[in-house]
Amino acid sequence: MDADTAPLEVSVWRGDAEGGSFQQFEVPALENQTILDVVSWIQQYADATLTYRFACRVGMCGSCAMMVNGQPRWTCRTHVKKVLRDRHVEIAPLRNLPVIKDLAADMDPFFDKWIAAGGAHRPSASRDDPIPGIDPADGARVEASAGIECINCSICYAACDTVAGNPDYLGPAALQRAWTLLKDAKHEGRSAILDAVSGTGGCHNCHSMGSCTVFCPNDLDPMSAIAGLKRETTRSFFGRRK
Amino acid sequence: MRPARAHPLWLAFVLHRVSGLALALFLPLHFWVLSWALTQPQKLNQFLSFAEQPIVKIAEFGLIFLLAVHVFGGLRLMAMEWLPWSAPQKTLAAGAIGVAVLISGTFFLQVV
Repeated sequence: MDADTAPLEVSVWRGDAEGGSFQQFEVPALENQTILDVVSWIQQYADATLTYRFACRVGMCGSCAMMVNGQPRWTCRTHVKKVLRDRHVEIAPLRNLPVIKDLAADMDPFFDKWIAAGGAHRPSASRDDPIPGIDPADGARVEASAGIECINCSICYAACDTVAGNPDYLGPAALQRAWTLLKDAKHEGRSAILDAVSGTGGCHNCHSMGSCTVFCPNDLDPMSAIAGLKRETTRSFFGRRK
Repeated sequence: MRPARAHPLWLAFVLHRVSGLALALFLPLHFWVLSWALTQPQKLNQFLSFAEQPIVKIAEFGLIFLLAVHVFGGLRLMAMEWLPWSAPQKTLAAGAIGVAVLISGTFFLQVV
């Protein structure tokens, strides 16, 4: 068996919230193969009890993110050849989140913080009102548009060392969502967002390490969005005191 | 499981933290030695002649580097968080270190 057809050596984390360990699998190497393909092969042909999560397989739904060789990645768009080290690859559940089982992380804390940061849209007008015009080139709209392609995969949350050190910290995705709503002319309740993101676990915890921006698979920039929130909350704080 | 952290802004964060801690440890010692000018002038003179040694000058080079890197790294952070710009932060971080090397290097060349 030559190097091209030798099987991949895959370490897969098995366990639950109580703990676990890595289990070794041999997976046939293919010319075109993603990490999600590897995990699916194991589940279908080696061990049907392996638990993982995916849906769209094309990088749109944000449900298949895992730690691959210690880095958070969207597994459906991560080619095996890109991450393979001496035919070996290590796959684990997302960091900074509780584990449900095997590779499936519990996303509840992630989405709870998304809501806590004021992430739910509150329309400024009803369906009976005329539709206000939005200029795509408007400065605030440009800033909002820069962050709205987030797929909530939680890769930034897993990459963030501030989240790892402070479980109350809202995290990059939730804060970027708050920033896009703050800059959205059709969102009502600007001060509610500023209050939500300036509390104990808010934007001022961020140390601007930038791992969120480095690892975001959609090339978004949560670090700059959080810097924007720091600016706006500070401006609002001093504005109130005047 | 820990993600790889060797990207420029994370290293800039570590450099800022470590230089800040080192300066916080240095400053009390610095003021303590300065206080000898009032309490024990003889001892201060001995220390100042000891400080002329090349090894101490090299240590001072490191100290000036830490101070400069902390000042300019801090300016970068303040600019990023207070000014409405989104310039490539990596370039600014590298620039801060570059300026720190320039200043500490200039100092080093002056004393040797």
